[in-house]
Formats: sequence, structure tokens, C-alpha cells
Amino acid sequence: MRARLWGTRGSLASPGPDTVRYGGNTSCVEVRTDDDELIVLDAGTGMRGLGLTLIGSGIRRVHVLLTHLHMDHLQGLGFFKPLYDPSVEIVIYGPPSPTISLAERIGTYLSPPLFPVALADVPARLSFHDADGTFDVGSATVTAAPVVHQGSTVGYRIDDLGRSLTYIPDHEPSLGVLDLAVQDPSWVSGTGLAQGADVLLHDAQYSTEEYPNHVGWGHSAVDHVVAFAQLAGVRQLVLFHHDPLHTDADLDVLREHALSAWSGGPDELVLAFEGMEFDLSVAAQPAERAVS
Amino acid sequence: MDPGQKSVVLILARELATNLATPMFLVDANGRLVFYNEAAEPIVGKPFSEVGEMDAGEWAALLKPTSPEGDALSRTQIAPGVALLERRPAHGSIAITGLDGLPRRLEITAYPLYRRADEFAGAVGIFWLENEG
Repeated sequence: MRARLWGTRGSLASPGPDTVRYGGNTSCVEVRTDDDELIVLDAGTGMRGLGLTLIGSGIRRVHVLLTHLHMDHLQGLGFFKPLYDPSVEIVIYGPPSPTISLAERIGTYLSPPLFPVALADVPARLSFHDADGTFDVGSATVTAAPVVHQGSTVGYRIDDLGRSLTYIPDHEPSLGVLDLAVQDPSWVSGTGLAQGADVLLHDAQYSTEEYPNHVGWGHSAVDHVVAFAQLAGVRQLVLFHHDPLHTDADLDVLREHALSAWSGGPDELVLAFEGMEFDLSVAAQPAERAVS
Repeated sequence: MDPGQKSVVLILARELATNLATPMFLVDANGRLVFYNEAAEPIVGKPFSEVGEMDAGEWAALLKPTSPEGDALSRTQIAPGVALLERRPAHGSIAITGLDGLPRRLEITAYPLYRRADEFAGAVGIFWLENEG
């Protein structure tokens, strides 16, 4: 399994001179299974760039795994080139709703007047599935489970030939918890998905100082992320879903703060940036996993 | 997913309970008592931290629920049992023997928790001493 980050920002795309190093596009991660099936984690604005690379690639099937339907995780879908190729099958998974189908909810955005093309009119062959439990994509096994965030939201874990990547971009596991570090893990949202993962991509939206003014907004302070990752015993933590107000320099400070509480090596706690790649193939050694 | 993690519905319900001054307990889908809050401790007779999680049979045997008149009750005759086994809300009056050995008369309202229409996560109950409203 290999992964590449196309969008690392949370909430709102934020291009500009202050976000050059870590990127301004919102959440999108390309994952290639060992047998080369394509999984796309979330459809933020980073998805546009990924779609451009697929033109002429001969791609015939894409699995899009949506964690939830906030705009920063959906806005790129309408600009994803394979959506307009009738030879492509796009299999979309998303959080379940007790009342409204996934297609209807996505169609709320992908329809006039919010978008010029209605979802029902796109040329690609689409199918929609509730993300719940475990399913196979090529050689990989995907597990989806609900996590604490605003509205129906899931996280994903992908296991492929003994390696695992967990993706929880929007998550507030500390909600109502006094000290995450000493909690029984069975009572902490997301630990089931993250347990022992080789790589964890996790919400790190706020600094410790910013969090008290954002309790209940569905996101994590960086010290919560560190505690959560250590509670789950992950091998490499990738700070993801950067706040749009955070400059590159701000993010460097956040990482330094996170490292002060991190019991692993500095290479095992990194900031997500656009273009970052992970090699989780069987042959790759741990030190080779994150490729700058 | 790791079966060790509890349902996110129970996690959120526990967070609500810990912030309430109303006595509240949670049972999982198997009827296992997984939590009661600080407000419930004077009524149950012991802090949850001393008691810990208990299977359905254990907590029923310890608290010995009866009717207010002292008649034995089956599980489907008390509100938590109805919420758990019949999966519908229920309310009732019962008498228990607290874990401190003292008898108490309670009113309990219990209701089932569903994460999805076809996925039962457990039940929650709120309760109070009779005449304390």
C-alpha cells in the first residue's frame, strides 16, 4: 500500500504565501493498494489535482471514501476529472444517515444552484454505499466506524498485507474527558480504528491555547492528538487537517509542542504536507515510510 | 474494528452522564452495566469506580429490585429490562437494596439507544429517589 497527500488543510482551502510548505487544499488522500486499486480518502479541494493525474492513465475504477459531508471534504468531487468519463466506475462510501440516502445528501451540493452539474447527470457510473463495518477493496480490507465529530462522521482504517493506515481527519476524542492520556482506551472514540496502526493521519486543528474556545466543535488540540496516538499505540503520527488560520510557521511551532509530549522519535511525528508520500508496502522499512 | 472499543453512542452518552447532576446509568447491548455517574452514587450506595462494570445478572442480584410493595420482579417488569429486552422506553417505580445495604424506593425512566435503525447500542436510564422529583 502506498499513500500520497493531495490536501491537508481543514475547514476551508487557504492558498497563499503563508501556506506554501504544508499546502492550502482541503482533505484528500490517494491510497494505492498492493494490487493497485485506487482509494481516495475524502473529496476536499485536493481531489482536483489528483484527478488531473488520472487523465489518460487508464483508470477504470475509483473508490471514494468520505468521512463526512462537510464542504471541506466534498468540494473537490465536482472537479474530479474521472467523474466526467463514462468508462470510469466510481464507488462512493460515506457516513450513514437514518433518513436520507448518501446520494441525496451529496446531491444537495452537486446540483444547481450550488453546482452547475447535477449528480444524476455526470457521465461516470456511480454507486453509493453506507460506510459501516468492514469491506474489501482489492487486496486491502477497509474498516469504517463512527467517530466523535459534528454530525454523522466516520474514520477509516485500511489494512493491506499486514500494514495499516488509519485516517481520522475530523475528530474530538477528548470531548468530556479530563485527561485523555490516562483514559481506558475502550472509552475513547477512534481507538478501535487506530489501535497499533503503522500510520495515523489525524485531526490536529488547534493549539492547546486555542482549544478552550473551540470545545465541542469536533476537532482536536495537538496535545490531545499526541495522547490519543500514544493511547492507541500507533507507530507514526501525521498531524492533519491544519487550521486555515495557521501559517507554515505556526504549524512548525505546533509540531515542536507536540514533540515535547511524544515518546517516539521525531520522524514518527510529522506534519502533513501536500505531496507527502508513504510507502507501506511489505518491502519498505519503517524509516522509509514517509518520503518527503 | 477492535472489539474492545465501546460504541461511540455509549461514549457520547457517558460524556453526557458525567456532566449531569441527574443520576444516570448506561448498559451496553448485552445488558452489561458499563457506567453510572457521580449523581447516581448516593442512590446506588457505592462509587462506580469501586464497583466497575457488571453483567446484567450481577447488578440485578446485587440491587435486588422489587416492586414498591416488595414483590419480586422479572427483568421485563423493570424499566431498564424493558428498554434492553423489548427495546422501547419505559418508566416505573421499584425498590432496591443499595450496595451500602440500605433500602431505597426509586422511579426510573429508561430508553433504548440505537446507532442505526438496525443497530442497538444499549440503553440509558435516569432515576431518582421517590418523592425527590
